[in-house]
Formats: sequence, C-alpha cells, structure tokens
Amino acid sequence: MKFGVIVFPGSNCDQDCYHVAKNVLKQPTKYVWHQETDLSGLDCVILPGGFSYGDYLRTGAIARFSPVMEAVKKFADSGKYVIGICNGFQVLTEAGLLPGALHRNRDLHFICRHIELKVANNKTAFTSACKTGQTLNIPIAHGEGNYTCDAATLKELKKNKQIVFTYAGENPNGSLQSIAGICNKRGNVLGMMPHPERASEAALGSVDGMMIWRSLLKR
Amino acid sequence: MARVKVFVYPKKGVLDPQGKTVESALHTLGYKKASNVRIGKYIEMELPDGDNKKMVDEMCRKLLVNSVIEDYHFEVAA
Repeated sequence: MKFGVIVFPGSNCDQDCYHVAKNVLKQPTKYVWHQETDLSGLDCVILPGGFSYGDYLRTGAIARFSPVMEAVKKFADSGKYVIGICNGFQVLTEAGLLPGALHRNRDLHFICRHIELKVANNKTAFTSACKTGQTLNIPIAHGEGNYTCDAATLKELKKNKQIVFTYAGENPNGSLQSIAGICNKRGNVLGMMPHPERASEAALGSVDGMMIWRSLLKR
Repeated sequence: MARVKVFVYPKKGVLDPQGKTVESALHTLGYKKASNVRIGKYIEMELPDGDNKKMVDEMCRKLLVNSVIEDYHFEVAA
C-alpha cells in the first residue's frame, strides 16, 4: 500500500507518520507538500497532527484551502483511504469530508497522555483487525479535541455506524458521546484525535496503534 | 472605504469552556452577578464603498465562521 503524508506549514507529526509507514510498516511512502495537487499512485493519504497555519482563525480552517485539499477530496471521492489524525481530523471536518467540528477541550487544558480507546465499530477498513469493544492504548495530544455535531448529524453517525472510536472510561475532553474518531458514510475517510503513529513501536510504550495500520494493510 | 465589523460567537447550546472559565474567574473576583459569559471573536476589515453585505456574508460562510459551532453577525459602516 502506497502512503502519502500531507505536509502543511505547521504540521509536526508528519515525520512520525512517515517513519511508521516507511520503516515500521515497510510500505512505499512519500511526503506531499500542501501546494502539490498530484496524489496519483497513492492508496492512502495521511493528514498528520500539528498546528497547520498556526491554528489561526480555527484549527484546520486555513489548511482546508490548501491546493492539496482539492486533490484529497477527489482522492476520497474515488474511494481511496484518507486518515486524518488530530489536526488532520480537524482539517477533514473543516473541509467537509467528515461531519461535525472539534472545539476547545471542556477543561481548556492541552491534554497529552495515553488513554484507553474503545473500538466502537470493527467493520471498517481501519479497524478490521480489532474486535468491537476492544480497547487500545494510544496517546492523545490536543487542546481542541472536543467533538461536537448537531442532533441530526449524531443520529446519522449512529445509524450508519460511523462512530469508529470512543474514549473508554473518563471522557478526557468533553466530546459528544465520548467520540474519539469517526468515518464518513462510505467508510474510506477516518478522522481520529488519538495518535496511532505514536503507539506503533514497543520503545514508545504501546504498539496498539499497529492494529489500525494492520487493518488497513489487509485491504 | 467601508469599515466592516464581524462578530463570531459560539452557538447557543454549544459548550463554551473559555466563557465558563472566565465566568468563574469573574465570580472569584466578586462579580457574582455575571452569568452566561460567552467568548467569541471580533474581526474587522476595510472594503471599498458600495453594497458589500452579500460579499461579507459569503466570507463568513466560506471561511470566517464554522456554522457547526458558531453564529455571527456583522456591521458595515460607511
């Protein structure tokens, strides 16, 4: 599976994602600068974490207008895989590729710690190696991970089983129904606040993030 | 030039953790009567004179405001 890691000005998890795809998963991987518009040959695009455009205006609000985002939309429309992690998730909601929005954490703190993530749906391309209800130890690192959407959208998310991950136990950021990750209706675009790329090698304290990559590689 | 003032604020019903924190700080300072503190953004810009309302509204919807969590209004002063 060929991976592309999008780099916005202010992305700071791009190298971690690249490292995991290239050196841990041993897949062909390349960086894609936000000014590029050619995603041909790729099977999966990762929008990494960070602070694209300094989080100015709103998280992800400016990145959404990067030239590469039009290409990402077409890429997603063609059924290929898109993963937005943390700031990447924020960019995907701003771009309308995923419903809802991520706003300020309930307690205002920037939270950076390992949490238990519950797999709410294992019938997705990103979780097929997991069991539904299984928990994964994966870190979060965000100030704006408080997912919200209106009642009609939440109903849709539930009806289509688009809620992929929830926080097990205590809700760290106040997100609606403890939502930590969702996918689009078609199931090929995933957005999640936790960082699987930071939990993909034993030296980092957890390899549970590998469950997501492994699911994807089964495709 | 026309001076445009755009006000963006959290939608009713959307949790505003900043507003809540500032409210409790005000209470700590003794301003116990302060309630429903909400924190938003104020954006100003200049545009050539003329009927700019439609364009400003478009700017709000396309970029300045995320309608999932925010409401807005604006004033155009000649």
